[in-house]
Amino acid sequence: MTTTVAHGGATDSPYALSHLDALESEAVHIFREVAGEFERPVVLFSGGKDSILMLHLALKAFAPAAVPFSLLHVDTGHNFPEVLEFRDRTVAEHSLRLHVASVQDYIDDGRLRERPDGTRNPLQTVPLTDAIRELRFDAVFGGGRRDEEKARAKERVFSLRDEFSQWDPRRQRPELWQLYNGRHAPGEHVRVFPLSNWTELDVWQYIAREDIALPEIYFAHEREVFQRSGMWLTAGEWGGPKDGEAVETRLVRYRTVGDMSCTGAVDSDATTLDTVIAEIAASRLTERGATRADDKMSEAAMEDRKREGYF
Amino acid sequence: MTSTTSPITAEALSATTLLRFATAGSVDDGKSTLVGRLLHDSKSVLTDQLEAVERASQIRGHDAPDLALLTDGLRAEREQGITIDVAYRYFATPRRRFILADTPGHVQYTRNMVTGASTAELAVVLVDARNGVVEQTRRHAAVAALLRVPHVVLAVNKMDLVDYAEPVFAAIAEEFTAYAASLGVPDITAIPISALAGDNVVEPSAHMDWYGGPTVLEHLETVPVSHDLAACPPRFPVQYVIRPQTAGHPDYRGYAGRIASGMLRVGDPVTVLPSGRTTTITGIDVLGTSVDTAWAPQSVTLLLADDLDVSRGDLIAPTASAPAVTQDVRATVCHLHERALRVGSRVLLKHGTRTVKALVKELPYRIDLSHGLAHENDPAELAVNDIGAVVLRTAEPLPIDAYADSRLTGSFLLIDPADGTTLTAGMAGEAFAAQPPPAAAAAGDDEGWDF
Repeated sequence: MTTTVAHGGATDSPYALSHLDALESEAVHIFREVAGEFERPVVLFSGGKDSILMLHLALKAFAPAAVPFSLLHVDTGHNFPEVLEFRDRTVAEHSLRLHVASVQDYIDDGRLRERPDGTRNPLQTVPLTDAIRELRFDAVFGGGRRDEEKARAKERVFSLRDEFSQWDPRRQRPELWQLYNGRHAPGEHVRVFPLSNWTELDVWQYIAREDIALPEIYFAHEREVFQRSGMWLTAGEWGGPKDGEAVETRLVRYRTVGDMSCTGAVDSDATTLDTVIAEIAASRLTERGATRADDKMSEAAMEDRKREGYF
Repeated sequence: MTSTTSPITAEALSATTLLRFATAGSVDDGKSTLVGRLLHDSKSVLTDQLEAVERASQIRGHDAPDLALLTDGLRAEREQGITIDVAYRYFATPRRRFILADTPGHVQYTRNMVTGASTAELAVVLVDARNGVVEQTRRHAAVAALLRVPHVVLAVNKMDLVDYAEPVFAAIAEEFTAYAASLGVPDITAIPISALAGDNVVEPSAHMDWYGGPTVLEHLETVPVSHDLAACPPRFPVQYVIRPQTAGHPDYRGYAGRIASGMLRVGDPVTVLPSGRTTTITGIDVLGTSVDTAWAPQSVTLLLADDLDVSRGDLIAPTASAPAVTQDVRATVCHLHERALRVGSRVLLKHGTRTVKALVKELPYRIDLSHGLAHENDPAELAVNDIGAVVLRTAEPLPIDAYADSRLTGSFLLIDPADGTTLTAGMAGEAFAAQPPPAAAAAGDDEGWDF
């Protein structure tokens, strides 16, 4: 036996990549694998930080050529206006093509019914699945990360979905080395998660390092909010506040950006990337625990939604 | 690479490196407790996660939070009280980021251990100090050796139950080290711990003055994460050809890929395989920045001197150390699927960025990892979780390395062409570095296979 470990000192060679460089390289590799093996990939793009990060990585992966994918947004109809504006500005800036699947359209023509609790996140699954089928996408990039939630912790980088977009955790393909198996039958597609191995802190550190622009609601600002289920929700046309829910103005920011009805703001005075990073590093709550009502519904809320074809 | 734009985030945060490691051991060995303690003591378990575990523990009638619930993901698993798959966990210390592939230790889940070990730079094998090295320990050591995991940690757990006695630890460490070294594991570190009491996991033990080595976490923080680049053959599988064809870049033609091993330099004479054409590297872009050298595992774009027909699936390697191409692949495999592999099976072989048709010509032997590596010659089939040797004939020549020389360009998947199912994980060449399997020598068919 030859022992190669030099104990007690800095052992990383100058060629060891920093963790951000390693994660970036892995994500770029995944984007290029999909570009090489699929006919019609699409990037799910909401204007939230994870999708902005995905787009940034895709732009780097194919530079100086254009990103060979279009974008798809499932708009719940209750999205933050600041985020939609950012989305459209980004699409225009990079001359991208954006498809929008609208939950509101489905509700208006009766294909979907509003839930009693007003939450629209679970309603995104049907418009998403229809858009994938109608536009014949065979690879769909999602910003899901394994550190977000325990059902996601077992998700593959390449996740095969049947023609109903359903996820079967027992039928997942083992993923070894850097060999991603994207073979699928006609009608099936593969969800691809290039940020699988990133944590929330990695995302923010990378955003800071690369100086990536984000919608302003990620930073502390004055906002009219009211409390529901222990979270600060934004008052608005989507259905809040109800009687007995008092609106107040607070200094808050958003850690995640989703449907206004179930995405909560957190008290914060972090107005810059560096103060946001410091705040996250010190936080004792996960970003979903702090800000997502839909994941609190049951112990297996995310597992159930994923099985049905959610992001 | 990219310049840092913000001075405050630069130093401490971006300077850390990333270690991927895997754990192996059964529930009884205290693996979940060890993992739970690493996550908990490094403050990676956040309040809402801990509260969820406490709630779930109460529902199940446990008094204390069951840290094993932190690493159980799916309802299907909770209902059956089993872990059916590899779960990935993330934690960090100021010195390093960690990605932990947490694999169940049941005998029948060899495939999960193989999966977790395939990307690991380090494997932690747990044993119960009261039981010492058992069959499953040998199996775990064999998987780590088979997958060429560079560093193995033997965590001798439950030292509190053997009165923290040095001779108990020393005997287990000696037996394990001898066994793992005989399989070719290059670096073995044995650490006496109590995951329950916290001895030598994150904090040094107050009960084992006789032990002067690192704690588990200290070792994880300091083990080298990069190989000796000079000793590795440079390999570059081409993923994608970047051709903007725009006014700004009318003639740009770059070959995008992730360096699989070694280092590439501008000016290197290279060979494109399998065609065998030679050219020179004239430029290397690391995601927007032009550089003179780049190394594994960077994602880069190469520019070449000549306008060759290079496309996805090709491998670029220095002309001086290019691998031979072959259509006859002899490999050690772990079969991953319930659908068995037989002589005559027609499969797809995915190697690097190339997928080709292949035929299973021979199944020379199967290895029983739990009985001193006993070989069964000419098995009728390889079933799920079986480890064995295969001889394949591919429809096109492949530039395949020995897995011992390059984990990424020596590995491949076998895929069912009918429905795309991943059937088998393959490693070219012989199974273990130090102990050539007797049946392999007996087979004696080394034609076209010269490593």
